[in-house]
Amino acid sequence: MTCLHLLLTLVFAVSLGTPVEIQRPRGVPLTKKQFYEENKPFTCLDGSRTIPFDRVNDDYCDCKDGSDEPGTAACPNGSFHCTNAGYRPTFIPSSRINDGICDCCDTTDEYNSGARCENTCKDLGRKEREVLQKMAEVTKEGFLLKQQLIEEAKKGRQEKQGKVTDMQENKKQLEDKVEALRTVKETAEQPEKEAKERHLKAWEEQKAAIRLEKDKAKMAEAFLELDDNADGFVSVSELQSHAELDPDADGTLTETEVQGLMGGAEQVDTSTFESVWTNIKDKYHSESQPEEPTPVETPPDEVKEPVVDNESEPYPEDDVSEEEDDDDDDEDDYHEDDDKAPPTVKTPEKSHEDEEAMPPYDPDTQALIDAAQKARDDFEEVEKSFREMDDQIRNIEKELSFDFGPDAEFTYLYSQCYELSTSEYIYRLCPFNRVSQKPKYGGSETNLGTWGSWSGPENNKYLVMKYEHGTGCWQGPNRSTTVKLTCGKETVVTSTSEPSRCEYLMEFTTPAVCQETGNIDLSPHNHEEL
Amino acid sequence: MAVISIERMGLLSVVCLSLFFSSAIAVDRGNFKTCDQSAFCKRQRALKPSQSPYRALLETLELSDSRLTLQLINDNNKVHLLLELYRLQGNMTRVKINELKPLKPRFEVPDVLIAEPPTEPLSVLSKDDNGVVLSLGAESQRLIVSARPFRLDIMEGPEVLLSLNSRGLLAFEHLRLRKDTQAQPDGAEVKESVDGDQQQDEGEKDEDGESDKEEDGLWEETFKSHTDTKPNGPTSISLDFSLPGVEHVYGIPEHADDLKLKTTDGGEPYRLYNLDVFQYELYNPMALYGSIPVMLAHNTQRTMGIFWLNAAETWVDISSNTAGKTVFGKMLDFVQGSSEKPQTDVRWISESGIIDVFIMLGPKPSDVFSQYASLTGTQSFPPLASLGYHQCRWNYNDQDDVKSVDQGFDQHDIPYDFIWLDIEHADGKRYFTWDPHKFPQPKEMLQGLMDKRRKMVAIVDPHIKVDSDYKIHNEITSKDFYVKNKDGRNYEGWCWPGNSGYPDFTKPEMRAWWASMFSYDQYEGSMENLFTWNDMNEPSVFNGPEVTMHKDALHGKWEHRDIHNIYGLYVQMATAEGQTQRSGGVERPFVLTRAVFAGSQRYGAVWTGDNAAEWDHLKISIPMCLSLGLVGVSFCGADVGGFFKNPSTELLVRWYQTGAYQPFFRAHAHLDTTRREPWLFGPENTALIREVIRQRYALLPYWYQLFFQAHKTGMPVMRPLWVDYPKDTATFTIDDEFLIGSDLLVHPVTEEGSRGVTAYLPGAGEVWYDVHTFQKHNGAQNLYIPVTLSSIPVFQRGGSIIPRKDRVRRSSACMENDPYTLYVALSPKKFAAGELYIDDGHSFNYDTKREFIHRSLTFANNALTSSNLCPDCNFVTSSWIEKVLILGASKPSKVLLKMDGKETPVDFEFETSMSVLTLRKPGMNAGADWTLLLQ
Repeated sequence: MTCLHLLLTLVFAVSLGTPVEIQRPRGVPLTKKQFYEENKPFTCLDGSRTIPFDRVNDDYCDCKDGSDEPGTAACPNGSFHCTNAGYRPTFIPSSRINDGICDCCDTTDEYNSGARCENTCKDLGRKEREVLQKMAEVTKEGFLLKQQLIEEAKKGRQEKQGKVTDMQENKKQLEDKVEALRTVKETAEQPEKEAKERHLKAWEEQKAAIRLEKDKAKMAEAFLELDDNADGFVSVSELQSHAELDPDADGTLTETEVQGLMGGAEQVDTSTFESVWTNIKDKYHSESQPEEPTPVETPPDEVKEPVVDNESEPYPEDDVSEEEDDDDDDEDDYHEDDDKAPPTVKTPEKSHEDEEAMPPYDPDTQALIDAAQKARDDFEEVEKSFREMDDQIRNIEKELSFDFGPDAEFTYLYSQCYELSTSEYIYRLCPFNRVSQKPKYGGSETNLGTWGSWSGPENNKYLVMKYEHGTGCWQGPNRSTTVKLTCGKETVVTSTSEPSRCEYLMEFTTPAVCQETGNIDLSPHNHEEL
Repeated sequence: MAVISIERMGLLSVVCLSLFFSSAIAVDRGNFKTCDQSAFCKRQRALKPSQSPYRALLETLELSDSRLTLQLINDNNKVHLLLELYRLQGNMTRVKINELKPLKPRFEVPDVLIAEPPTEPLSVLSKDDNGVVLSLGAESQRLIVSARPFRLDIMEGPEVLLSLNSRGLLAFEHLRLRKDTQAQPDGAEVKESVDGDQQQDEGEKDEDGESDKEEDGLWEETFKSHTDTKPNGPTSISLDFSLPGVEHVYGIPEHADDLKLKTTDGGEPYRLYNLDVFQYELYNPMALYGSIPVMLAHNTQRTMGIFWLNAAETWVDISSNTAGKTVFGKMLDFVQGSSEKPQTDVRWISESGIIDVFIMLGPKPSDVFSQYASLTGTQSFPPLASLGYHQCRWNYNDQDDVKSVDQGFDQHDIPYDFIWLDIEHADGKRYFTWDPHKFPQPKEMLQGLMDKRRKMVAIVDPHIKVDSDYKIHNEITSKDFYVKNKDGRNYEGWCWPGNSGYPDFTKPEMRAWWASMFSYDQYEGSMENLFTWNDMNEPSVFNGPEVTMHKDALHGKWEHRDIHNIYGLYVQMATAEGQTQRSGGVERPFVLTRAVFAGSQRYGAVWTGDNAAEWDHLKISIPMCLSLGLVGVSFCGADVGGFFKNPSTELLVRWYQTGAYQPFFRAHAHLDTTRREPWLFGPENTALIREVIRQRYALLPYWYQLFFQAHKTGMPVMRPLWVDYPKDTATFTIDDEFLIGSDLLVHPVTEEGSRGVTAYLPGAGEVWYDVHTFQKHNGAQNLYIPVTLSSIPVFQRGGSIIPRKDRVRRSSACMENDPYTLYVALSPKKFAAGELYIDDGHSFNYDTKREFIHRSLTFANNALTSSNLCPDCNFVTSSWIEKVLILGASKPSKVLLKMDGKETPVDFEFETSMSVLTLRKPGMNAGADWTLLLQ
């Protein structure tokens, strides 16, 4: 059996340079010394039982709460107090007493394990103070910076609010102007339309006359062609040689069908051929000339749809990211398009009908058109300004609607981006917008999440940002990123990791989370022992 | 990380995309063969029981001291076979059948038997024209060789224990020359592929209108896009075994199925072919990662075993004359006295090699275990730490991640011994290397763990990236150690690193070289607390047939077909050897494998592969490990939490509770799952998981002692109830609870939302104590136990003594010198016995220097005595006995400790409601002789 680990330990604490000795059972904190009175029966701290004092720290667990063995590993739920003079005192689970691992910097937990521990408390204390010192400095400076940020944000906000108010006013004026010009435009367009219609009608009539002429010529030509025996009549059999005329398109042109085409007549002369021609001219192929190209309506080129290149995209996840990006951009593009003058190519005339161009407008009509065009241009210009103004107002309002913290101290992060380069990737954090990852050596960017919400602990939700709904993971969830904010002078991404698949963690320092110093304690930690 | 999935997808695009995507829900059965799709299985299975065409040529009988030989002839094709019979020491019979004069040698599996099994003399009792009767020594056991048709019967007294070829299914496809090389096409002869049954076969084939040569797959066979060229033609073998009086057969792992094997009539046979099955399905006979061709047969009178030593693809058919009969039906038979005797018939079919069968005649379960152990060896004795808790994940991302997980355990006061690194730790899946960005300072990381007295496992898979800048690849290439394809070039396949070579582990020189790669100067960044995990050693070949190697690949002169199922064993063997060598043979290795074969138990631990976070997968972990335990592999576990998918919190907690009471206790998770370290599910669940891991650590002395016992005797650590209660038929099909050793009975809660379980407590006249409340329950009853989320029903057998270390610390090493508490659970006759085993926990000194303590603890006549089971052993422990709990005791007036001729009083407390007597701090050294007297 093990030796009795006798209970009394000497604790040296340093305070104001004066060494002080305090006797108490091993592992008992000063605050509980009073419960461990030598040579008096010990009552478990939970009151469950009372035992002779020699069973305190006798390496056997008598109390359910473990309080009789503060200095041994006997109780499964006990705890051991390390004084750690020069550093911070701490409790460790009893199971770490004499387990061969140095837990207390003052080495008091390993008094019987053979572990060679060195007292590192002074060192740790010094380092901790240095760290705290540094942190305090950083925090102090950071806090100053934060005040500036708050000021700037306040100013910026006021400015923006003022700007919005001004812009609203301008917008109103522009709106009035747009309406006025719309009336001017519409007034000018009415006579333009009428003049154009007149012109068009005249031209249509002219074209109809020309077409009739041509048709007649064709008919005459066809008659001559069909009239194989040149007897001045086209007979059923002559017509039957033109298989393309088959009305039911079953491949054979029967006699009955031909008779049908010929209106029941056996043969027709040039004058009666006219009614036959009406029946056959759409299908008729000239024997001498090559086939006329059938007028195929080429579908007008619609506004280009984004073509998804499926073949080069075997992996859906990349696909998604790009598409999403594209979508965003495209939306903007479309928007701009809308602002531009309506495309003039969309004229109502069917231009394919004839190669002959429409004759120019007469000077009167042209004058009306010019006038209307000018009215349109004026209108569109003002309307565009109006829309731009509206966009700007909306953008500012959107910005103003973000939760930039209790004092708007996070405002300055808006529309900024911060990058961190690792061995493989460049990570990019654009606060209140998105997080992304791009391979260093080529490859497309992956969206690691778009702005979701503040999601820090209840007492300060502004310590954590959550970005969600990033690019979907292959067979997994959508990527998301948690950004932890810590106080720092600089605004910088300090680290990124992926603790769980497709769940990223980013550390980000900013002055905006720096708290007022003053409550950081720089004095040595042993004072509570004394 | 994105890079991982992109890289992975790039690498596996051809094969694995279909594999992964199509099987989002479960296994893609289409990737794996049915018997019908495996030409030899289809041919053999088409053969129905009938009169065997084989005849024993008694005039060729030769009997020497150790063996009997006899020729067999197939009357249909006149091919002669040579039968060898051996009577082996320890009540076993070995039956070997090979071609008398094969065209070239047929493969006989080496390296599985630990030695040539010692024989005992056979003697002829009688002989006539009909056959020969041989004596098998004691107990009036006889072996009867019948000549016409050939069959073997093993008798004991008037009882037939087991018959071979009684259904005439002995079939031996002899080696032959290929027809198209003979220039005289002879359709008829092809049909005699299965030598025994050409008539019937012929008829059937003609009816089917099959063009026999192509369809038979005799000389070529195609599955999906893969063609097996089969240069040796048909080589399969088959034999049937009949087991009169047997209704329960077990074993032949690895299958995700019940403990009791089912009949396969009308369904698929059980398949033994080591395969990397993605998201395997439960409750079916499909092949999995391991194959151990050993079957146990059990009834109330006797336990026997059949060990079919063949490493080729194997199928096992089981039929029973009582299957399908209801209990009522059986009773009716009994009442009417008309019942035929129950009988189980088994048939083994293998693609190549010879028939080499060991019949283990028991008669007790423990006899079969020791018989099998005498052939293939026992469970390796693992380092104590490896019985602790293992924390694994695919993948811990980098050194910082490892560090923070390690700290997480301390912050939450949860013990663990090993943290694991999966494939992402290596530089581009080049095993034996470290990713320079994520793990730039492996030794620093390992030292950090060592400072906490903890350890690490890093994965080393047997597929080697083909990369001329990779040392391992270059050395294997220069030494010509790769497996060859049929054309004699290095075989290459796709696996994690992309294009990979597969070292030929069947070569002893290759294994020796591989082992040398684990020395500290070769394996850069390794330290003595780094151990190894061999995954993918079926071998897994992403673009190979059935995700494994082509059967016509070559291992020296043998085809992969011949050796397939033993490849994984060799990988683990060489790895374990390397780990032993690196310490100069002083330290025990720890190697985890996925693929196993008969004999794998000698090299380390095994886990049940890529399971899923589903309740049924939790349930199946019990029969899967029980089945492995029955055939030698005790160190078994399933991924706690489930590998694929995310477990619900309840499932995770229940899995920890179950896993803590299974031999190999490791949590593992797929790359795509969310993190699931034990403290991520709220303080309540953290506490539940902490509690059950602590229970595991407190019981480590018992686990360790059981592994010592398994190592010495072959007794399984985790056992079905029938092993200890062989006459209690109620136990024969139980596989939702199990025993750890003989003394702990565990009934894990494996149902979602469970409010209670019904546990069967065996043993009429025995008692069991709830280990948490010490409440006593009678044996031979179904006990309903209400449960909460914190419950894990565990009972200690009345009559047992279990030593525990109740001071649980952050790793097993930290508990080395801690005192013991003895849990003495009294039988109704106020008796109890147990053992205590102590050694250094990690070296071979227990073996080489006999440095261990092995004590017997006995409670009888109101005295608890510790006596030495190994007087010539020497080991000094500083552990002592801090407490003794006697369950089911009565209150003594005083308690005395007798030691070194002195008597000293011992304080005690008696708790009346549960009759628990607690002896306070008796204080004797754990290695000492002592007696505690209750007066």
